[in-house]
Amino acid sequence: MTKIAFVRKKEIPPSPPPITEVGLIGWLRQNLFSSWLNSILTVLSVYFIVIMLWDFIPWAYGGHWNTKSLRECLDLDPDVACFSVLAARWKQLLFGLYPAEEYWRPTLTFIFLLLAIVPILFPKFFRFFWFSIIYPGLAVWLLWGGSVWSISIVYIGLTLGVLFFLTLIRRYLKNYMIAAILAFLFTAVFFLFISNWLVGLLNAILPINLPFVESLKMGGFTLSLIVGVTGIVASFPIGILLALGRQSNLPVIKMICVGFIEFIRGVPLITLLFVASVLLNYFLPPGTNFDIVLRVVIMVTLFSAAYMAEVIRGGLAGLPLGQHEASASLGLTYWQSQRLIIMPQALKISIPGIVNTFIGLFKDTTLVSIISLRDPVGLASTIRADQKWNGIYWELYVAIGLMFFIFCWGMSQYSQYLERKLKTDK
Amino acid sequence: MSSPTLPPSESFKFSMLLSDTRYRGMSLQVITFIIFMAAFFWLVDNTIKNLALLDKDVSFNFLWLRAGYDINQRLIPYTSDSTHGMAALVGILNTLLVAFVGCIIATFLGLFVGILRLSKNWIVAKLMSAYIEGFRNVPVLLWIVMVFALLTEFTPAPRAFKGAEPEATMLFFESVAITNRGTYFPAPVLAEGAYWLLLCFGLSIVAVIYFIRFANKQKKDTGKSLPTFWISVAAIIFPTLILFFAMGQPVSLEYPYLKGFNFKDGIHLRNSFLALTLALAFYTSAFIAEIVRAGIMAVSKGQSEAAASLGLRPNKIMSLIILPQALRIIVPPLISNYLNLTKNSSLAIAVGYMDVRGTLGGITLNQTGRELESMLLLMGFYLAVSLLISSFINYFNRSFQIVVR
Repeated sequence: MTKIAFVRKKEIPPSPPPITEVGLIGWLRQNLFSSWLNSILTVLSVYFIVIMLWDFIPWAYGGHWNTKSLRECLDLDPDVACFSVLAARWKQLLFGLYPAEEYWRPTLTFIFLLLAIVPILFPKFFRFFWFSIIYPGLAVWLLWGGSVWSISIVYIGLTLGVLFFLTLIRRYLKNYMIAAILAFLFTAVFFLFISNWLVGLLNAILPINLPFVESLKMGGFTLSLIVGVTGIVASFPIGILLALGRQSNLPVIKMICVGFIEFIRGVPLITLLFVASVLLNYFLPPGTNFDIVLRVVIMVTLFSAAYMAEVIRGGLAGLPLGQHEASASLGLTYWQSQRLIIMPQALKISIPGIVNTFIGLFKDTTLVSIISLRDPVGLASTIRADQKWNGIYWELYVAIGLMFFIFCWGMSQYSQYLERKLKTDK
Repeated sequence: MSSPTLPPSESFKFSMLLSDTRYRGMSLQVITFIIFMAAFFWLVDNTIKNLALLDKDVSFNFLWLRAGYDINQRLIPYTSDSTHGMAALVGILNTLLVAFVGCIIATFLGLFVGILRLSKNWIVAKLMSAYIEGFRNVPVLLWIVMVFALLTEFTPAPRAFKGAEPEATMLFFESVAITNRGTYFPAPVLAEGAYWLLLCFGLSIVAVIYFIRFANKQKKDTGKSLPTFWISVAAIIFPTLILFFAMGQPVSLEYPYLKGFNFKDGIHLRNSFLALTLALAFYTSAFIAEIVRAGIMAVSKGQSEAAASLGLRPNKIMSLIILPQALRIIVPPLISNYLNLTKNSSLAIAVGYMDVRGTLGGITLNQTGRELESMLLLMGFYLAVSLLISSFINYFNRSFQIVVR
């Protein structure tokens, strides 16, 4: 009798998974064609993308870069982009009406800006923070020009004030508040009576001057960055103070903060900019007339400070009440507990909102074109008013949009990085 | 037994106003108040002096003077002989129109994009995130002028529709014309008896509301659910439709037609209006999409798993479990985005749309030279709108907040 039973002695190796489940096909099946609805959506999306790129790529890729006018472009090939306008006017888009021989100044300011934000963004380089502190003065001096001493005197005065305060605290007084008031008075006296004389003296000893450039010459992305960066830097601390004021249990301070925040958030930025350009002269002593860019910066700062305050208030509200109580029971004073316990957590929670406010502020800098300052969007119409480029739209808009996109998108990417880095819980 | 002794009472010293926590808050407030009032009076004083220098007074009488300028889009009767006040009102209505239409489009678009952004379909999710990032990271002013350029420069002129073989044709069975002067739609013409139709329509909506309440009540009492959706749809459509034919079609459409070099009749939507509304709606929809996505993602996965283990079907899980919880998170920021859209509509000036900033804060301001009064009124209007909306948000938050024990 022959044995027909078969017993496998060895384990067979596992067979590979079906080809439809792994690799490219598996990925496609899982991600793009998992159901009939998904398949339809996929096909529609692909169709849409192809249509967009079908028109856009030849338009952008074959674009002309060195013609003299739009007419010339159209004569060559009307179906492609005429980037010559960028080639001809990029300086204007970047610098506005800034004198051509001084272009190195805004350029240098921008490079320094990148250097100055590194210590703030990446803690590894925090030892270079001193540069971030001197940067604002440096930027003002480089952009507007004039004597270096009239900017430095601000730093000198503030440093002296701080030193005075520290000496008072260490040697003579216990009370911070009285010391602060005295230091404030000291600084005020310095700026009112001594600074002018000192500037004159320093100028006589060592004159370092740059040609003065007036504010109306500023324009293009230089202007956007001036307004945007100043607004961002200034609105953050003001926003924190406003948020604390709104949470405060001192009714007068709370009322002022609430009134300010609700008023600013209730009106469009445009109306505030109009107040800056038209009405501000009514509110100031007769005969005062201060710089239009400065006015705009102040308004933009106040505007985004109000939004910042609300974002930070959200972060404060998100903290458990126990944190306040615990820090109080440890015996920390109000400012100590804010600085060490409350703010670090509240700010961490509100990072996305804060960065959104920054991005919003940077985008809102385009609104200054409506009060006829020359920001990139305003310049687009100026360039179109030139007969050579009359009728050009997309090339300019795409370029301007791309610039803003890069800045804003960069900011939002950084905020996501920061969120990941600061995440302490799972 | 020693009785507890009180600490020796300190005599009041002047420096305690600043150092003692019992008094510090009070003195801080007094100082702040004094500084605030001083600043306020300084500003008022300056204003009075400046007005005196310019020989001006503060008066709102200009609102009753003849405006003397035309407004191309008006929802209420207005001619150049009307008053500045009327011009402001026309502007306000135009602002509200843009805000209203823009909010509706933005909501639907935002919902659509936000839900698709969560899709498991890779390419759709990526496309939607490109949409969101693209619109969020480019200034809205740029979008407005871009949409305007698209509408005015890349659409045919009305005369392109002329002739035996026109270069451009009207869409949707010769009813909609997109031209560089605006888009023309058919307009409904109400004949006699049309109001009965409207009444009928209104009544059926009321009836449906009551029906849904009844159905919900019955479901709570007996556990049986009625096919609410289809009955509601039928109840809204059919009575009006039957009445429409029974009364001999009292509502007809008036089609736009070409006359000379322009279209006549129909509803004319100007490019300025379209560009502003669409750009604002696209821009805001990107934000709304993110809000919707965040809201849905914030509902923890355990909720839908628990609902599934109770035996609910996917659409029931969405409508009964996920959405009610997500809406609580979605609605407040959604409304504040509506507010942002309304405020951003003041960018109308970039495309020449006559909103309240264009009439009251623009031409009226320039003609009468009443900067202070015009800006006050303008800010008052925007403030009123935003306070109204934010009080609604607060009301919503109060009534739908999860009550913490």
